[in-house]
Amino acid sequence: MDNKNKFVREVAEKKYEYGFTTDVQTEVIDKGLSEDVVRLISEKKGEPDWLLEFRLNAFRYWQTLEAPTWGHLKMPEIDYQDISYYANPTAGKSGNSGNTKEIDPELMKTFDKLGIPLEERLALSGTAVDAVMDSVSVKTTFREKLKEKGIIFCSISEAVKEHPELVREYLGSVVPYKDNFFAALNSAVFSDGSFVYIPTGVRCPMELSTYFRINARGTGQFERTLIVCDDDAYVSYLEGCTAPMRDENQLHAAIVEIVVKENAEVKYSTVQNWYPGDAEGKGGVLNLVTKRGHLRGRNSRLSWTQVETGSAITWKYPSCVLSGEGAQAEFYSVAVTNNYQQADTGTKMIHIGKNTKSTIISKGISAGKSQNAYRGLVKVAKTADNARNYSSCDSLLLGSKCGAHTFPYMDVHNDTAVVEHEATTSKISEDQLFYCNQRGINTEEAVSLIVNGYAKEVINKLPMEFAVEAQKLLGVSLEGSVG
Amino acid sequence: MAEDTRQYTDFYAQAGKLICERSCEVMNAPRAEALQTFSTLGFPTKKVERYKYTDVAEDFAPNYGIALMPLLVTGLPYCHRISEAPIDVTPYYNRLTDRQDAVVALNTMLSVDALVIYVPRNTKVEHPIQISNVLKGEQDTMVNRRILIILEQCAEADIVITDKAVDHSHFLTNQVIEVFAGDGSHLNLYEVEETHLLCTRYSSVFVQQGRDSHVRHTSFTLFNGHTRNRLDVSLQGEGSEVILNGCVIADKTQHVDNNTLIDHQVSNCQSNELYKYVLDDSAVGAFAGRILVREGAQKTVSNETNANLCATPSARMYTQPMLEIYADDVKCSHGSTVGQISDAALFYMRQRGIPEKEARLLLKSAFITEVIETIPFEALRDRLHYLVDKRLRGELSKCEGCKLCK
Repeated sequence: MDNKNKFVREVAEKKYEYGFTTDVQTEVIDKGLSEDVVRLISEKKGEPDWLLEFRLNAFRYWQTLEAPTWGHLKMPEIDYQDISYYANPTAGKSGNSGNTKEIDPELMKTFDKLGIPLEERLALSGTAVDAVMDSVSVKTTFREKLKEKGIIFCSISEAVKEHPELVREYLGSVVPYKDNFFAALNSAVFSDGSFVYIPTGVRCPMELSTYFRINARGTGQFERTLIVCDDDAYVSYLEGCTAPMRDENQLHAAIVEIVVKENAEVKYSTVQNWYPGDAEGKGGVLNLVTKRGHLRGRNSRLSWTQVETGSAITWKYPSCVLSGEGAQAEFYSVAVTNNYQQADTGTKMIHIGKNTKSTIISKGISAGKSQNAYRGLVKVAKTADNARNYSSCDSLLLGSKCGAHTFPYMDVHNDTAVVEHEATTSKISEDQLFYCNQRGINTEEAVSLIVNGYAKEVINKLPMEFAVEAQKLLGVSLEGSVG
Repeated sequence: MAEDTRQYTDFYAQAGKLICERSCEVMNAPRAEALQTFSTLGFPTKKVERYKYTDVAEDFAPNYGIALMPLLVTGLPYCHRISEAPIDVTPYYNRLTDRQDAVVALNTMLSVDALVIYVPRNTKVEHPIQISNVLKGEQDTMVNRRILIILEQCAEADIVITDKAVDHSHFLTNQVIEVFAGDGSHLNLYEVEETHLLCTRYSSVFVQQGRDSHVRHTSFTLFNGHTRNRLDVSLQGEGSEVILNGCVIADKTQHVDNNTLIDHQVSNCQSNELYKYVLDDSAVGAFAGRILVREGAQKTVSNETNANLCATPSARMYTQPMLEIYADDVKCSHGSTVGQISDAALFYMRQRGIPEKEARLLLKSAFITEVIETIPFEALRDRLHYLVDKRLRGELSKCEGCKLCK
């Protein structure tokens, strides 16, 4: 019993490691959303007319929509007029200019504290980073080195100025602004994010990474990432995110678009660790994201790997549209929810091309009073001869007050398709725990061991540094959920 | 008010009085509320999750003559017209139904008579009870059928319900069955549909199970037009067990949508579900099975399987096995597949001199056999083997062996 109390106390006292705030002069525009705000954001970023037009169309369309309610989630009502849509922590300085000297030392410190070195000489093992705080990209490292190979890696705002033809061609081509409520909102007010272009035949020599940080109060983050991987190219892209601890819910509505051409391969990995709210479910980030990859070319490949441990609410379905012949897509996910967190996440695999293949491995872990749902769609269009899908969704329950749910949808319109789905839900067996206890491993450690083993299939897919971080996160997120 | 519901509300406005006169007090009581529900909700659209795959308004749009005939129940043991039921059915009638389902409300509104199958406590019904629904008539007709099955403590019964259509007219059946399985009772309920392409069937079955009760529901859709089966099981007594099996053979333009919900409300219950579909031509199949394990329903064991064979490029299958679990000490799993006949198996058979057509038939038949073999009632099992075989050979274009057939 004493032991149990100790766990409970530890959890109660456990703080979200990244919950600090940065005191930096931030330019925040007034709260509220209107056409004027959309124009203002566009103006601040010095955007061309076509982009303003795109934003306004999206905004007008958004106004005709109602917020969706079909998720297996208890959503707090979001007052879209009570959010500031633009916050610039580099105000006064010039922002992303490639020169570290001009970055506010406070910002440098913040990213150092988060373990994201913005100075290239400090960077580990060759990972290029685009660091985004609130609405602005602070710094992109290793740009020159990448440029030598013809790779474009910069913030999307810069890309609009420097490579307008590329942005114009691909922006909104995978996730059109009419896609859904949050996609329309993002298209209207998106601020910054990363842009990646890998030219034909180039294998990106380092991992590209974006680090998102929400800092300012009363703001939302609406970033937009666009990755274009040309014929025979390869890139591995990582995304990480954190936010300070606040009592209010902060909105994060991003769009990620990926275009994969012939024989190209993209690996997209996310370790999502937004502030999950406190033990009473107060505060936390609402993570409502639209992520989609379009496998346009023959034999193109895309894999999504996600480790979701943060956010009060996670509602996202990283998806793949497999239209190139022989395209292959993979989705690996570990979603952990604790306390009052809620997750409704999964994927969509839309098979259009012949001989396309997709794999879905999803592992849900629920603890505390959380709700964790997998929702996925596998659609095989009439044209997708010999399409193949394998889905496996497992849920692990730790605690009698939490929930684990599976909602797979399969729409098969082709007789040569083979689609399989299987799912299981259970708790950690007493036998396994007993076995560990017998060997002197205490229950807490045993659970961590078993959970890590359970999630290994997914974590193994992550790049090394991320895998280590993900493993640690799993341990922290579940701490105290055993008793 | 939506246009599609108007013909029914108008009809009720005219014939409501007549319906009430022909019916009885217990059935008349909920009519006003049902009318209210039906006219406010209207037919569920495809946006309603449970009706995602079926266009209800379209199925109910044609102008049918609505049958208002009382039942003829003669001499069958345990079966009664509701007005002649041996017990007061007020605590049972319309108590399990979903009050927010317009299709059910329409039945409550328009049903004139109901069949009550009542098995008193500690009684074992020796012979299976067969209820034959025969659709007959030159005119396009809508039938609202209502059945109430009450098994008291430790009662046992086998019930077979068959659907047949004799005449080549459009028929729309809207059926609601409520099943009360008391503590320790055993019920095997079989539904076999062999109608024709012009028939539309809506069936809503609601089951409530008491402690240590055992219910097996098996549904066979061998031939039909448009079919939508809803089956809700609520496990309210500890130690209860439910088995839901189903099989669908569909070709041409047939449409079959099975939608089930198993609600584990208490601990130590078991559920098992197996549905298999064979789809040919332009048939559309849909299966949605939701297993809900409520908070505190510990030690639940639940297993759900849906396997589907698509034989032609134009056949479509939608499947959606769902688990919704709020308790931790449970073992739940589901599996679902969509595929076609294995080339290896086909090759193996052809190597041994079995012609391809025959081999395909054998494999399809073997696929379905898994469902048939779960039936404990031998005579029905044999009959179904025979019917399935004929059906797969395309020889079953109308109901088999029925003396009423022309």
